[in-house]
Amino acid sequence: MSASQPTRHLARDPRQRRSVVLTVAMVIFTVYSLMPLLWLIINATKTQGSLFSSFGLWFSGDFSLWSNIVGTFTYDNGIFLHWLFNTLLYVVVGAGGATILATLGGYGLAKYNFPGRRGVFAVVLGAVAVPGAAVAVPTFLMFSKLGLTNTPWAVILPSLISPFGLYLVWTFATDAVPIEMLEAARLDGAGEFRTFFTISLKLLGPGIVTVALFAIVATWNNYFLPLIMINDPKWYPLTVGLSQWTAQATGAAAQPIYNLVIAGALITILPIVIIFLLLQRYWQSGLSAGSVKG
Amino acid sequence: MSRYVTTRRGFLAGLGAVAVGAGLAACGGSGSSSTGSSAKATGNADAVDAALKKGGTLTYWSWTPSGKDQVAAFMKKYPNVTVKLVNPGTAATTYTKLQNAITAKSGVPDVCQIEYYALSQFALPGALYDLNQVGFDSFKSDYSTGPWGSVNQNNKLIGLPQDSGPMAMFYNKEVFDKHKLTVPKTWDEYVEVAKKLHAADPKAFITSDSGDAGFTTSMIWQAGGKPFKASGTDVTINLADEGTKKWTAVWNKLVEGKLLSPITGWSDEWFQGLGNGTLATLLTGAWMPGNFIASVAAGKGKWRVAPMPTYDGTAVNSENGGSAQAVMAQSQNTALAAGFLRWLNHEQASIDIFMKSGGFPSTTKDLASSAFLNDAPAYFGGQKINEVLAAGAKNVVSGWQYLPYQVYGNSVYADTVGQSYAKNTSLDTGLANWQKALVEYGNKQGFTVKTS
Repeated sequence: MSASQPTRHLARDPRQRRSVVLTVAMVIFTVYSLMPLLWLIINATKTQGSLFSSFGLWFSGDFSLWSNIVGTFTYDNGIFLHWLFNTLLYVVVGAGGATILATLGGYGLAKYNFPGRRGVFAVVLGAVAVPGAAVAVPTFLMFSKLGLTNTPWAVILPSLISPFGLYLVWTFATDAVPIEMLEAARLDGAGEFRTFFTISLKLLGPGIVTVALFAIVATWNNYFLPLIMINDPKWYPLTVGLSQWTAQATGAAAQPIYNLVIAGALITILPIVIIFLLLQRYWQSGLSAGSVKG
Repeated sequence: MSRYVTTRRGFLAGLGAVAVGAGLAACGGSGSSSTGSSAKATGNADAVDAALKKGGTLTYWSWTPSGKDQVAAFMKKYPNVTVKLVNPGTAATTYTKLQNAITAKSGVPDVCQIEYYALSQFALPGALYDLNQVGFDSFKSDYSTGPWGSVNQNNKLIGLPQDSGPMAMFYNKEVFDKHKLTVPKTWDEYVEVAKKLHAADPKAFITSDSGDAGFTTSMIWQAGGKPFKASGTDVTINLADEGTKKWTAVWNKLVEGKLLSPITGWSDEWFQGLGNGTLATLLTGAWMPGNFIASVAAGKGKWRVAPMPTYDGTAVNSENGGSAQAVMAQSQNTALAAGFLRWLNHEQASIDIFMKSGGFPSTTKDLASSAFLNDAPAYFGGQKINEVLAAGAKNVVSGWQYLPYQVYGNSVYADTVGQSYAKNTSLDTGLANWQKALVEYGNKQGFTVKTS
């Protein structure tokens, strides 16, 4: 898995110079990062009973990973599947849309001169600095006037806006798409859209993947927005659903299902892990793009 | 409050600020109840019956585990009423959503579960429908005093009690026997046991308390303190009154003597501690037995229940936790909502479902029923625990009030009183700081806050 990543890096490094101190530090960081994941995997195999009576970082009791997973998908008439589907919907439409919009906008800002461009840029930069939670309440009040609360749109529409993504594409496009190439395309009689779709998009690839990754992770982990927007459990994403399951364990007449919460959390992070592993190549080059004049 | 609302808690506080402020503005000090909703009940119980006959659709927010079964049973009895049950997850989430919906004037449920401590936060701005208008005040004798006092505020009946949480002392008999400790009857004895136990086994503590606002207010309540008084927009806060001092005099010995386990309630370690004998007692509401059975399997047969220790031998008690259900003033069909609520918290069929799920009732009839009193769960070694718990319901001190912004108040508790716990210093200092924060916030919100 991703644990082998640092060594692969070293193998690629032609100079093969190793610093003991750095290696030790990296090992410590790796262990520190992987510890929660390890804890999650180990505890997903425990029953509700042995969760509270055994040491957290080692297996104990009956191996019940399978029954926990089955329980997760069947509890409360399979509501977990609903949540999984909702999350996928929000990610595909929300993060997908955010990526498309950020790409179009960032490219336009980078490659075209028009009046007010600097103003737009200032607004985008300002928007990057505003935390999402700060605009959550105004957004809620606006949406409830529009009658959009408690619908999937309440989560999807705000997810479409990604100032940071726009900014990323803008900086990336500035370097990755040479203006000479666009001029050549114009001379050959290609329209702006055709140029964008046939030439620029390919060049922007790594940048787009990076933005998409950020957007996917942000939407997948989005908790606060759906928490205040959505009241109907049928439209919850996984994050809100799982926290509701956790909440079941406290207070009067509690019904703890910690074993399902942990199995559910494990299932929830798997897609993100897979996406990261698959898109590794692209986004690494995307992150370092522009840092070296090639 | 910080200017930048980034954390969830800060957000809640910010929202409370918006809503309480707006509510006060809308309230205008007049005695009128609800604001801006259409179909009103005409002020008698017949309207409720008629509405139930006529039918309609209601939305009900609740995190009570038995909610689903109760709603299903209700719809079976009244097939032309549809109740949409929404479980917001936690109480805190519910208040956030509710406050949001009230401010936005849309998406407000018809009936909502609200804990006793949070009721006045919603009642004061007039967000809760006055059930006196449909004659529910006639149910007074059906509920025990603590909960009934909680749902009656400023001459309005703002909800019907669901459950109650008269406090009790749960103790691990195995640990007590092992160290030859006697079950404490007074708080002085309790402190003595705490010292003895911790000396005998440094890993064991009398109980865990890292600072919990709900616990603190319940303990002050039991000591006879009345630190909060509110009528309309006039609020008096005195977190150094006689009762409060009485409690801190005892509890300071435990806090300053490092005799309390710092484990946070409801965490994994806490459940483990309750199971493995490192936490010897638990002072909490009568709704706890179900949680023991569900979450502390390792403690089976070891735990028993005793009345709360007293200050001078006179049995006094307070409530910890518990909720009411309220009809929201913005409901489009208050008569039908009241009908559903009446069935939910007053009809035996519904209360039976609630009790089967492990809930602790607030109705006098159920608290006195022989089936309830004779229940002797094996988990508690065959002890008739409900006899102890129900007796505790009779001794609740009356006249306790929460702040009209208690939800916010509890959210800043950790920054003030919590610090005393963290540093093992006198709680009086922490309480004074809490009072300062509460006064400041209250005045900012348009209340007139006095301290005396």
